[in-house]
Amino acid sequence: MRNTWSIFKRELGSYFSHPIAYAIIIVFILISLGLTFSFGQFMRSGDASLDGPFFFWHPWIYMLLAPAVGMRMWSDEQRSGTIELLGTFPLSPWAAILGKFLAAATVWLIAVGLTFPVWITANILGDPDNLTIFSGYLGSYLVCLTFLAITMLVSAFTRDQVVCLIVAVSICVFMVLCSYDDVIRELSNVAADWIVEPIVSIGVWDHFRSLMRGSFRVLDFVWFVSLISACLLGTSAILSAKRA
Amino acid sequence: MIKVTNLTKQFGHKKAVNDLSFTVKKGEVLGFLGPNGAGKSTTMRVVTGFLPPTSGEVRICGLSMVDQPEEAKKKIGYLPESAPLYDGMSVRGFLRFCADMRGLSGSAKAEAVDRAIETCFLQTVYRQAIDTLSKGYRHRTCLAQALLHDPEVLVLDEPTDGLDPNQKHEVRNLIKRLGKDKVILFSTHILEEVEAACTRAVIVDQGCIVADGTPDELKAQSGSDSLYDLFRKVTTTDTAPAKASADA
Ligand SMILES: Nc1ncnc2c1ncn2[C@@H]1O[C@H](COP(=O)(O)OP(=O)(O)O)[C@@H](O)[C@H]1O
Ligand SMILES: [Mg+2]
Repeated sequence: MRNTWSIFKRELGSYFSHPIAYAIIIVFILISLGLTFSFGQFMRSGDASLDGPFFFWHPWIYMLLAPAVGMRMWSDEQRSGTIELLGTFPLSPWAAILGKFLAAATVWLIAVGLTFPVWITANILGDPDNLTIFSGYLGSYLVCLTFLAITMLVSAFTRDQVVCLIVAVSICVFMVLCSYDDVIRELSNVAADWIVEPIVSIGVWDHFRSLMRGSFRVLDFVWFVSLISACLLGTSAILSAKRA
Repeated sequence: MIKVTNLTKQFGHKKAVNDLSFTVKKGEVLGFLGPNGAGKSTTMRVVTGFLPPTSGEVRICGLSMVDQPEEAKKKIGYLPESAPLYDGMSVRGFLRFCADMRGLSGSAKAEAVDRAIETCFLQTVYRQAIDTLSKGYRHRTCLAQALLHDPEVLVLDEPTDGLDPNQKHEVRNLIKRLGKDKVILFSTHILEEVEAACTRAVIVDQGCIVADGTPDELKAQSGSDSLYDLFRKVTTTDTAPAKASADA
């Protein structure tokens, strides 16, 4: 527990001693607010709900930006050899994995949290259901954490950040596209149901959409949490398999 | 005490360390000698618990590295081969982080960091960012990290690599001084270092120990009172397999 905290502090410090965290946070806020007030037609939509104009864009932004935050997690450690220090300190591998994951998650918590002006605007313009908005934020953050966990798993495989970024972005893009309505429609025209359904079930939209609209299903929660845990377990397995 | 018994480490089909056994006792400084690729670093990585052994056993002060890794790792200070550091931290920030990892806190942590900075002559750079340090200082920062918790066992992989002659001299003296009441295992391929700092040395070649003894005993073994000749005699050069196949 203490070790997890120390690793967490170091990692978070290193995010904010590089331009990377600031850049990502600013880009995320600009893009998400920009899309909300332009294509999202937030000002004209009449009602003050946020799912369509605001949360709808989040998976599209995360699929590109979340891997940029996570790509250094283990690649850098392996390239510079500092993994040899971590591996010989008296700590369990889980302390390092959790500490790193929580630090990246905190960077994103700040980024997502700083979009609060949208929430304030919605409350000024109309009378939105704040519980639905909270549920939307929760869903959005879970999508982000899922992409971070995937990036962490990919970074355990390679010592090259750029390779990690490209592979992780590809996986995340796939997970966003494969369950998007338009894509499903195209897909069902050319492929049989038994092919389409498993592909769609890998995607995030099914699970994110219900949270975005304010319906909290235990199933979605289980889906996100088990995917994240699987990636963290996988990271631990890959890191120890690499040394064998 | 470090006790290594029948240690083998295999990467795929390649045996980097082959059935190695040795013991280092308190007050001993064991020099690990050998050509590049002999398996020195691999042995040290297994001894420090970074790599699991393919077979064989490592015991640190009686604790098995396989069964009680966290307890055993507490006893060791380790300087990895390339002196890896977290760039972007300051020297002191890095040492504080390492002290945290060693379970030090409060005034014990502050004292340990100050002592390590002093021992490794880092007083002039401790505020500096690590990526702006020269190679000698980088090396000493990593060495400081290994000394923080005043470990019973020190494992140093090429501690003088890349240092200038003055720095080499300082590090050798440091090793000699620390060796009086610690267990030290250090690797090198510089032969003078053996006489300058070791109480005992082994020569490793292709994962096996090919010579073992005090510096004087080793010199006697060579027949010509020179470590250099012994080293040339018992180790294979990395061009040897190519030569052999060309002859065939
Ligand atoms: N992770 C690894 N995967 C495969 N081979 C390795 C790995 N690490 C070391 N080796 C091989 O093991 C042998 C011993 O390497 P090493 O222990 O680094 O030698 P030394 O430190 O004595 O120069 C070398 O032939 C090296 O190529
Ligand atoms: Mg080596």
